[in-house]
Amino acid sequence: MAPVATPFFFYLLSAIMLIGGIAVITRKNPVHSALALIVTLLAQASIYLMLYAPFVAGVQIILYAGGIMVLFLFVIMLVSIDRSMKERQFNSQWVVGMIAATALGGLFIAVYTKGTSIFPDHALAVVEDNNTQEVAKVLYGQYMFAFEIASLLLLVAIIGAVVMAKKKI
Amino acid sequence: MLAARNSGLVADMESMLHITTLHYLVLGAALFLLGVIGVLTRRNVVIVLMSIELILNAVNLNLVAFSRLWGGVHGQVFAIFVITDAAAEAAVGLGILIAFFRNKETVNIDEVNLLKW
Repeated sequence: MAPVATPFFFYLLSAIMLIGGIAVITRKNPVHSALALIVTLLAQASIYLMLYAPFVAGVQIILYAGGIMVLFLFVIMLVSIDRSMKERQFNSQWVVGMIAATALGGLFIAVYTKGTSIFPDHALAVVEDNNTQEVAKVLYGQYMFAFEIASLLLLVAIIGAVVMAKKKI
Repeated sequence: MLAARNSGLVADMESMLHITTLHYLVLGAALFLLGVIGVLTRRNVVIVLMSIELILNAVNLNLVAFSRLWGGVHGQVFAIFVITDAAAEAAVGLGILIAFFRNKETVNIDEVNLLKW
């Protein structure tokens, strides 16, 4: 099914994402930041749907908004945020940070204005009814080895998280 | 002159209303910059980790947009790998955060200075 009113929804979702992103980096309370980040992630999942990537959109909602953000909220509940909320929120090198970010933005603009000519003019035809099958074929075929390495990475991460959270390290 | 400018404006409006891959790339760049600003300027470790998630999401958006542009699913597969990495990074990072909080009773990243020269 082709997306309807693409420009309207693109700008709406972009606005939600950017406002959510700004809220993430400006809020004092980390819980508010986490909730803003969830809004951003859900808007991004909708943008994945507009890009004919329903499987990635589902993974984004289940894993990111449902899994990783719950982990974040758990940890926020475990550490005491009362003290950090009374402190200054931005560090002393924020001017340098803003300059570095502006330079990076200028770099992006330069790359995008010079580099768009190598893109094809129109998006190529895309399989949309069996997206999950296509993803699975590529994931378990061509990228089988990378998939196994990813599972190993997750095992390492589990062990690392358990060791780090132990009482005596 | 005015007509030419008007037609230019109309063309601009039409290019604004026709969503291309470049629009998604610009959105991803904006999200990436927000994440970079968060990482560089915030003092709360939890929010720094969330800013890293913003950066990873910007990368994912670019991957999926290019996947749409070239008509394959390879970019989507890479987006799934990036999400896996984000999960691993969040688990280990938050574990380190808990260990740090247990030792120093703070989540301020400026106090992570044991290796500072």
